[in-house]
Amino acid sequence: MSTAFSPDAAATRTATAAGRPGAPAEAPPDAPPEAPPGVSLSARGLSLGYDGRTVVRDLDLEVPNARITSIIGPNGCGKSTLLKGLGRILPPIAGEVLLDGRAMTKWPSREIARRLSMLPQTPQAPSGLTVADLVSRGRHPRQKWYQQFSATDESAVGSALEATDLADLAACLLEDLSGGQRQRAWISMTIAQETGILLLDEPTTYLDLAHQLEVLELVQRLNRADGRTVVMVLHDISLAARYSDHIVAMKDGGIVAQGTPADVVTAELLEEVFGLRANVIADPLTGRPHVLPIGVA
Amino acid sequence: MSAPPLSLEPKAARRSGLPSRMQFPAAMAVLLAAVAVSLAFGGQPSTFSDLWHALVTPDSSAMDVTIRELRWPRTLNGLVAGACLGLAGALTQGHTRNPIAEPGLLGINQGAALAIVAVTALSGPPLPFVEALLAFTGALVTCSLVFALGSAARVGATPVTLVLSGAAVSFLAGGLVSGIVLLNEAALDTLRFWQVGSLVAREGVLDSVWPFVLAGAVLAAANIAPLNALALGEDNAVSLGVSVRRSRALGIAGVTLLAGSAVTLAGPIAFAGLLVPHAARAVAGADYRRLIPLSAVLGSALVLFADTAGRLIARPGELSVGVVIAVVGAPLFIHLARRRRLVRL
Repeated sequence: MSTAFSPDAAATRTATAAGRPGAPAEAPPDAPPEAPPGVSLSARGLSLGYDGRTVVRDLDLEVPNARITSIIGPNGCGKSTLLKGLGRILPPIAGEVLLDGRAMTKWPSREIARRLSMLPQTPQAPSGLTVADLVSRGRHPRQKWYQQFSATDESAVGSALEATDLADLAACLLEDLSGGQRQRAWISMTIAQETGILLLDEPTTYLDLAHQLEVLELVQRLNRADGRTVVMVLHDISLAARYSDHIVAMKDGGIVAQGTPADVVTAELLEEVFGLRANVIADPLTGRPHVLPIGVA
Repeated sequence: MSAPPLSLEPKAARRSGLPSRMQFPAAMAVLLAAVAVSLAFGGQPSTFSDLWHALVTPDSSAMDVTIRELRWPRTLNGLVAGACLGLAGALTQGHTRNPIAEPGLLGINQGAALAIVAVTALSGPPLPFVEALLAFTGALVTCSLVFALGSAARVGATPVTLVLSGAAVSFLAGGLVSGIVLLNEAALDTLRFWQVGSLVAREGVLDSVWPFVLAGAVLAAANIAPLNALALGEDNAVSLGVSVRRSRALGIAGVTLLAGSAVTLAGPIAFAGLLVPHAARAVAGADYRRLIPLSAVLGSALVLFADTAGRLIARPGELSVGVVIAVVGAPLFIHLARRRRLVRL
């Protein structure tokens, strides 16, 4: 399985995307598809925390539909907490998260699970679970407890495995896979859930660079192919800039800046948010901002 | 967790080698064999042809009466109690995601026994129906107590803290049981029943307990889908649309009914709830759609085999079923607990 990133392939893909008839002239070369009337996700006056400690305070966010959004920020700034709030894993202390304009708390959990899936950071699977077992669990919100696995479920699992290049490994145990394959298997489970919104909490943690690209390429394919809205927390700013349409920069539980990678990933912002002095150059391949750290401010 | 390089394709999972559609029938065949030996062998020397005679052409010979009126109720008792223990074990391990948890080791069985023994001492033997209700109360109280103790640490209940607090509660309840029984005209048989368990059927108990067993089995089935989601962690379960609180309530209700029923039927048998789900997992992997039914069937089979062995080993007396299972279960427990990386559930 050749999943390593190849610059040639990317260049070709970029070229074909740019040459697509009807592509808007001002769009970046690998423009996402026009937003379908999908499910919207937003936060209003949202405060989140644990055990009486407020981590995210009075935050407003409109997640762009059918785009890839990355949340960046220093450790402890509340980015994972925000993602958990958006995915209703953490109930709000104040304010609300709106799914399709309706407060998350007013939705039945199963109905949310048909529209939004969330992959927590470094999830743990039980021993003895195969890739196919794991992916089929993504069908949970679409099954009744007395129902057998249906043909629809079967085909959804099949295409989720295809989409993640895991069809050949379906019968393998999860614990036998490489880190990148394992992460793809988890993402495959969220694909089988067939939701319009996908939240990923640091999907590249503990992966080497090639495997990080493998996962992010997959995320991009999912967005480009089906117009899925993706929100992810990423540590690597350059990778976030490269694979996202929208960047949200957080500090101390609030949003400092948001916008396109070029707007947000600047030397000034890095200094303000991360306390990092850095040169930001344009990636020769993609034109996206790339961070070259100088030192701690 | 060393990941193999990308070029090494992992091999397809190998489990028992039994194709999944053969697993349940195979377990049923094992159970059938267990029922047969439980009926055919006992304190009185007998053979399969005696069993055949008693089943097909019964007359009033001593062996026919033994088989039909002693061994049959005892076997039925073991069948039901074993299924309850297997299911309760699978539910407990699934909900705690703890490979060394089971109602016996967590003190839930002892708690159920204590409730019955305490009320018996105060106001005489209750009706079997009331006895079952007492068992559920005792099971529920111990269950809550153990989980409160085990998760008192900031990190929550780890496999070991949970089992340690279970052991403490179990000793406490077991000690109280001995104390109460010994105060009241030291009936050794009663003590033996409420300490280690026995399948000797007590009059009328199964007749009043079976509706609870049925309800427990339905709850166990309703736990299958939530358990499969919860096995991926609570955050993932929520993301899959599972209400964690409702599933836990469903699980505790199931464990309470099943463990309480098992104790009312056969006393507090330990280790069966530990052994059985591990055996089922070895056969069927990590999917609760297969684990739950297999645990019921294998639970019955284990209890019946152990009981029969106990009757044969100590002939003409008998070794209690709980003791036989502990002889097999304790080494497995030690093995599981000593593993550097616990089996992840």
